[in-house]
Amino acid sequence: MRIVVLVKQVPSMDADLSFAPDHTLVRDDRPAALNAADSCAVDQALRIAVRRRDVQITAVTMGPPCAVAALRTALVLGADTAVHVRDEALHGSDALATSRVLAAAVARLGFDLVLCGSASADSGMSAVPAMVAERLGVPVLCFADHLVVRERKVEIHRDDGCGDRRVLSAAPPVVVSVTERCGEPRYPRYVSRLDARDKLISEWTLATLGIEPAEVGLAGSACVVRAATPRPGARRGVLAEGDPTSVAIRVADFLAERQFL
Amino acid sequence: MAEVLVLAERAKPRATCALLTVARRLGTPAAVLGGPADPAARALLGRFGAATIYSVTAPEVAAHPVAARVEMLGELARRRPAAILIASGRDGLEIAGRVAVRLDSGVLIDVVDVAAGPDGPVATQSVQGGAYEVESRVVRGVPILAVRTEHITVAPAPVTPTVSVVRVPFSDRVRAVRGRTVPGDLATAAVIVAGGRGVGSEAGFDLVRRLAAALDGVPAGSHAAAEQGWCPREMQVDQVGTIVHPSLYLALGISGSLRHRSGMHGAGTVVAIDRDPAAPIFQLSDLGAVGDVHEVVPELLAEIERRRAQPVIFVEE
Ligand SMILES: Cc1cc2nc3c(=O)[nH]c(=O)nc-3n(C[C@H](O)[C@H](O)[C@H](O)COP(=O)(O)OP(=O)(O)OC[C@H]3O[C@@H](n4cnc5c(N)ncnc54)[C@H](O)[C@@H]3O)c2cc1C
Ligand SMILES: Nc1ncnc2c1ncn2[C@@H]1O[C@H](COP(=O)(O)O)[C@@H](O)[C@H]1O
Repeated sequence: MRIVVLVKQVPSMDADLSFAPDHTLVRDDRPAALNAADSCAVDQALRIAVRRRDVQITAVTMGPPCAVAALRTALVLGADTAVHVRDEALHGSDALATSRVLAAAVARLGFDLVLCGSASADSGMSAVPAMVAERLGVPVLCFADHLVVRERKVEIHRDDGCGDRRVLSAAPPVVVSVTERCGEPRYPRYVSRLDARDKLISEWTLATLGIEPAEVGLAGSACVVRAATPRPGARRGVLAEGDPTSVAIRVADFLAERQFL
Repeated sequence: MAEVLVLAERAKPRATCALLTVARRLGTPAAVLGGPADPAARALLGRFGAATIYSVTAPEVAAHPVAARVEMLGELARRRPAAILIASGRDGLEIAGRVAVRLDSGVLIDVVDVAAGPDGPVATQSVQGGAYEVESRVVRGVPILAVRTEHITVAPAPVTPTVSVVRVPFSDRVRAVRGRTVPGDLATAAVIVAGGRGVGSEAGFDLVRRLAAALDGVPAGSHAAAEQGWCPREMQVDQVGTIVHPSLYLALGISGSLRHRSGMHGAGTVVAIDRDPAAPIFQLSDLGAVGDVHEVVPELLAEIERRRAQPVIFVEE
């Protein structure tokens, strides 16, 4: 069984994001790490691998030179090989362009199962896995909280917020995106750290994939960002005070606003 | 004026009305509805300005909701709409992404506001949980916008809709994913209501269970609550018990010790009710309600029940 895991290097959440003049995220020389949901995806691949002998796990990333760190982490966690798609022309790719490149890389590798994170921590569109599947012409099972892979059936459990869980299944080949609820990735053993140094990281360019530079990057993207403005203090910390009834109504309003009611 | 396609969902009337409200800024709204346009649907969609209802009735619409809607929108996009609006959410994001690939059109996610611009819609996106606001546009294809409808104030603009029954050819691919439902549990719950020392007693913990039930969520406890025996150990949230990643975490009488926070900091939205305004839990809460859980929670339960009794409350502008 050939498993391809899509992994992304994201800016560390301890530091603020910063945007370049072209409104893209600054990714070089900033603290960064493997996206948490993606490490769960690698871990899920390993859990499949311990139950059968024929599993080959390839980690794939698309990103600038520093993104190779995401692949190294994936190899330490247990991926067998890795592919780094890097090309100057990729800078500024939107989701449409990103999915084009990732789908081409997956198709070139061949696959029974593609595992992704359900969302990346930086831009977090949660759309890339579905887009990759659409391009590959295979079913997609998104937001897996629990994953069961059998010979002829891949099944996920997911919580749609209505108390019950939905179970979705499809026959492989299939794309699955996993949430962090799948289980904490196990801490790699010392030997796997040593082993990882000998594992192969291939570098592919757009030419390897037969994609024209004009189809990707800022030039080939269908979305443009016109402005990015920080909203300091926008996130946390509203306090509702007063008598119990008005506090309760504030809470109900807030829950309704966020569609939990 | 050009048509703007709105993906209508029976089960989400407020979200649908919010999309129609926004669609009116960009053109003439047309609702795309899975299932028949019964009088209730016509009344609601018409009230918010849907000039047309494209109704698709086929077994696939209910049995394979996501894939069927991808086909429906793909088919209707041949009419060259000015935009396609979809409510954010798990299914909505999948639909938006797949339709974007089909049409080779740009897709904007996390849209909290939309305005008409000279070259098509200009979207405001909320990024990083609101830490940044980004203004963006689609420059190729039919703009596809996944809208966080909770940010939209809905406003009616009544019309009498024309119903058009559309036939969509559903291929075998639409039936590739099968679904069923099973009962949920703590580790994978999307909504968690947790109680701590502040609930005071095993009887007090009943408030936690009742609020969880009212929100279709799962009840949980801090280590303090579990140690007191108010809830079973299986319900404990922290590194020793269960680490949770819900969309909503509602903490009742939990001060927010480091130990507890390590088990729930991955929650999407955090609401805390605690009588101590200086409780550390408030530092990671999106909304902190200061008050006694024994007074606030019964009021909240009553308020939820009241709102449920009159399902859609619309704001008149
Ligand atoms: C603030 C901001 C807002 C943006 N808004 C939009 C927008 O509205 N529309 C748009 O088209 N683009 C947008 N982009 C650009 C978009 O984020 C990038 O194109 C990105 O590559 C898409 O991935 P994501 O991280 O959002 O994907 P998600 O869909 O959140 O990623 C899910 C999973 O896909 C896999 N994956 C994603 N990217 C890669 C990668 N490069 N390499 C390997 N695996 C990967 C990972 O497994 C990941 O966990 C935005 C970017 C920023 C910084
Ligand atoms: N009746 C109550 N209603 C709301 N909060 C309470 C109540 N009693 C105690 N608390 C809070 O509950 C928290 C208990 O925290 P701990 O003792 O660390 O579990 C403290 O922050 C208290 O302020």
